[in-house]
Amino acid sequence: MSDEFKIEIVNPEKSFLSKEDVNEVVVPAFEGEMGILKDHISIISFLKPGIVTIQAKSGEEKYYVEDGIIEFKNNTLSILTSYILNLKDIEKNKFQELLKNAEEESNKPEISDQLKYLADQKVETLKSIN
Amino acid sequence: MASLDDLKKRITSVKSTQKITKAMKMVAAAKLKRAQDSAEKGRPYSEKMNNIILNLSSGISDKETAPKLLSGSGKEQVHLCVVMTSDRGLCGGFNANIIKKAKSYFAKLNKEGKELKIITVGSKGNDQLKRVYGNKIIENISFKNSKNANYFDAEKVGKIIIEKFQKEEFDICTIFYNQFKNVITQIPQAQQIIPLNTKSDDQNNSEDNYEFEPDEDEILSNLLPKNISTQVFKAMLENSASEQGARMSAMDNATRNAGEMVDKLTIEYNRSRQAAITKELIEIISGAESL
Repeated sequence: MSDEFKIEIVNPEKSFLSKEDVNEVVVPAFEGEMGILKDHISIISFLKPGIVTIQAKSGEEKYYVEDGIIEFKNNTLSILTSYILNLKDIEKNKFQELLKNAEEESNKPEISDQLKYLADQKVETLKSIN
Repeated sequence: MASLDDLKKRITSVKSTQKITKAMKMVAAAKLKRAQDSAEKGRPYSEKMNNIILNLSSGISDKETAPKLLSGSGKEQVHLCVVMTSDRGLCGGFNANIIKKAKSYFAKLNKEGKELKIITVGSKGNDQLKRVYGNKIIENISFKNSKNANYFDAEKVGKIIIEKFQKEEFDICTIFYNQFKNVITQIPQAQQIIPLNTKSDDQNNSEDNYEFEPDEDEILSNLLPKNISTQVFKAMLENSASEQGARMSAMDNATRNAGEMVDKLTIEYNRSRQAAITKELIEIISGAESL
């Protein structure tokens, strides 16, 4: 089938994931969820905290990201993110810790609106996974 | 001339020093492998980041409205220099090279009448700079506790830089670090990160028509702070590889020198031992003859 494209996820430490047989990727773009299929127009956008869902021939995978930038070009989707976790690998404790941190952050009084929004998104996403 | 006993003691002490430098060399070699690996693995991120920013900035037509991190504050008066060194010594000219580079840059700024502010990352740089530039150092950051360079540390440094920029404490920011070329060569680098130098590449003049969501300005203002952290992280990775490389070659030299010294001392030891024997023999013979 030719409706497959390539995805690359990199974080600062290493190349996190690279797949060639992806059919569809749903990313939590800043202005709302965005689905990307093959031959999508070249696009640059950035992410808010949320879940990246990858539909590949080899199965569906879900990742939790805290931020990131995506670039789609020539049927290659690049996701740059500083914090990414495979949902399968998250342990209960780690997860509670993340949730706690995010809640604390969103409850800080002096936080700016944008940061507050991001922190709230984090909390919401984490709760929805749980 | 030193007595036989003294020579023996010196030989033992040089030998044990040699053992230490040899061990350090091997540890550095193992760490170097790891540091090099992570520097290589980290490269795609910073390269992609750079590409995206170049693409974005070429899309911005109106420089006036561009984010300040990209276009600068319009002045060039106050310079912030981030000097990145190691936390440990015994690594040859590693720290000295960065400091030398930084100092010559400081002198240039001084001549031009620019104001200077320094942030040191790593305690060795702070130690060396505080004697002359003590009053210019506004912050000293040290990551003694983290084993490897990691992104969170870099992000901390990045946040401090951005915060200071937003408070308009400086106009231009430059980071100093050692670029890893190979085990024996590390090149001290001065890289300007604020305002960002976007003219360097002309290969990005491709006709990619990107769609931006939200618009360029907003993405850029979100992306640029991240880029600062990424650049700092890149510098950290290069630095840690360079540090281990420099230490390895310095310790290799030290081991070799110690070996030479042991050889020399052993010859001297044998020679004086033999001289003592000969002297004794002469005494016995001449004693016997006189009878």
